[in-house]
Amino acid sequence: MSGLMTILIALAVIAALGYAFRLAGQKLTNNAPMFRDMPYAVAFGYMLGLAVILWAVWTYIKAQFLLPEAEANKYFYFVVAIHAFIIFSVAAWVFRVFGRAVGTAGTRKLFRQMPLTASFGVLVILVYAILAIFAGVLAPHGQEEVFAQANVVPGGNPALGGDPAFPLGTDQIGRDILSRLIYGAQNTVGIAFVTTLIAFFVGGSLGFLAATLRGWLDQFLSRTVDVLMAIPALIFALLLITVASAWVTGWGLTVAMVLIMALIDSTRVFRLARAVGMNIVVMDYIEAAKLRGENLSYIVFREILPNATAPLLAEFGLRFCFVFLTISSLSFLGVGIQPPLADWGTMVKDMSSFINYAAFAPQVSAAPLLAASAIALLTVAVNFVVDWMLHRSSGLKE
Amino acid sequence: MNSVLKIIAQRLALGLLTLFIVSIVIFAAVNLLPGDFAQAILGQGATPEAVEAIRTDLGLDQHPVKRYMQWLGGALQGDLGNSFAQANFASFVGDDSGVRTSVAQQIAPRFANTMFLAGVTAAIAVPFAVTLGILAALYRNSVFDRATNILTLSSISSPEFFLAYVLILFLAVLNPWLPSLSNIYDGMAFSERLEKTLLPALTLTLVVTAHMMRMTRAAIINLLASPYIEMARLKGINPMRVIVRHALPNALAPIINVIALNLAYLITGVVVVEVVFVYPGIGQLFVDSVKIRDIPVVQACCLIFAAAYILLNLTADILSIVSNPRLRHPK
Repeated sequence: MSGLMTILIALAVIAALGYAFRLAGQKLTNNAPMFRDMPYAVAFGYMLGLAVILWAVWTYIKAQFLLPEAEANKYFYFVVAIHAFIIFSVAAWVFRVFGRAVGTAGTRKLFRQMPLTASFGVLVILVYAILAIFAGVLAPHGQEEVFAQANVVPGGNPALGGDPAFPLGTDQIGRDILSRLIYGAQNTVGIAFVTTLIAFFVGGSLGFLAATLRGWLDQFLSRTVDVLMAIPALIFALLLITVASAWVTGWGLTVAMVLIMALIDSTRVFRLARAVGMNIVVMDYIEAAKLRGENLSYIVFREILPNATAPLLAEFGLRFCFVFLTISSLSFLGVGIQPPLADWGTMVKDMSSFINYAAFAPQVSAAPLLAASAIALLTVAVNFVVDWMLHRSSGLKE
Repeated sequence: MNSVLKIIAQRLALGLLTLFIVSIVIFAAVNLLPGDFAQAILGQGATPEAVEAIRTDLGLDQHPVKRYMQWLGGALQGDLGNSFAQANFASFVGDDSGVRTSVAQQIAPRFANTMFLAGVTAAIAVPFAVTLGILAALYRNSVFDRATNILTLSSISSPEFFLAYVLILFLAVLNPWLPSLSNIYDGMAFSERLEKTLLPALTLTLVVTAHMMRMTRAAIINLLASPYIEMARLKGINPMRVIVRHALPNALAPIINVIALNLAYLITGVVVVEVVFVYPGIGQLFVDSVKIRDIPVVQACCLIFAAAYILLNLTADILSIVSNPRLRHPK
């Protein structure tokens, strides 16, 4: 109850401060328009923001310098979050400066208009792509390699139960977590990427085909897609995986999961491809191609596809996020990517119980959170980039 | 008013038809695949008697259409068949006492729990998201607007289990304010039940708030360029009143729509969140049944989820018609 009282008193103080702030501003600036027209809510908002920032700075200083280590453990993740925020912001800023100075005129212009969130997104996507492609070279150990030292604490500090050979520690059966995180980029991101590609190939071709041919094929495909979309994606995936798991296990189940997710996602792609295709099919140049006697595949892939790339690309980013999140969720539930492949969702599930040690040994609980934030970081990054692209293509309205 | 009723009746009929076809898909997904299902489920080492017992138990020896009719008929009367786990077990020990947990018995209490969780989530998320959206529209392009934009975008693009564990970390482990496990049982006091549900509900709130808040903001900002808003502004009304009294009522249709759609989205979110918090709801049952391949339970859960999803989408559809005079009186 005392916590609630503290919050209430703090709010009352902030409310009073907000009033004083506006009054002082009016007096000091001789009624400048900014303070004269300021609604009370805005003044309150400024003070609230200030209070939050002050609290964050104070907690940070307290945890870093003032408190003894045992008590500072409680703020370990807070400090990590602040550090991560600062490092990411600086990295994004440096990357943007770099992008503005180097490259062709086109990319430089792109970077000049880019908000910090988007450059952060591009940077993260690049890093993930490099990690995924060169995982075999970058990872210190193999993803299935089991060492004698199990449950090594992350941090590499021998006094806390770490080991410099395993900077992020090892899991319950002694596999190096850093290597598995890096391989996870290859497996989790790679599998999600392949799934999205299949979904786009199937959904896109069928969508364009339906838009070109119309008639019963269009009706049949559209109604089928309607029905399939009436079942929530994750639920449908779980149902189909249950059925698949009766026939295949291990590697086979991973492949089955990829195909199932591709099937479910292709319905969403089909909708978009058909809608975009419909608008293109009525154009004169399609008519001309038909009159020239071009065959169906020429019309679909050489006439419609090049004109539909822009909306399909933006959709690809969002669909990839969705597929990536769903596959991670499936893996987290234990029915997605199967061991021995290293995968972030599975890692979170396997090590989730370590979170309970966060209060007295924060390093121990870092491993599952690292895997989970690896997932979150990529989707946030892709979303930032897509958000910026959509904002740009909508002509910067508002 | 007559035409509204007609439209609603049409939509309802369409929804029922969709549900009917979806039930066929769910049934077919399990039953029309090649190979012998009973054999596949029991594995290579199964005795012929066990396979035969499963086959009779599931009615696999009957024609699929007949089986579907029985399944659907049963489902309509609230009888969803017997849980497969027990059937399996009984066949193995060769001592079928005939006492089984029916799927309906397993689902009923958990369904109530899930509805409670969804209800708490909606009660927190909807007012929160709408208020945030109105504030973001009021102070658009300010620091506040940008900060909310970044925060909501981040929370919507993180996986549910990441948000759940972050909340557990800060609200349950580092600061022991809320319980991290939702062990709910019958006859629990409401306040205690609410306390145990709060953390999963907060996680789901983070998941669904972003969409609703962004839609509210976009719907209001879309209207701000209209002449009647300009008029209200020129009259000298303060900005908050312009938005709440003049813009909001006209933006209500898309907002209600997106709220209903997000509640439908909760259905997917609920599965993962219930597993993280060990919340005894229908999502947890679903995942457990998937792991042990308890087909009747999986089918039943799937049907319930699909029905809820269709129902909420239908509600969104109908509400957006009712709240929009232009759709209410089509030319």
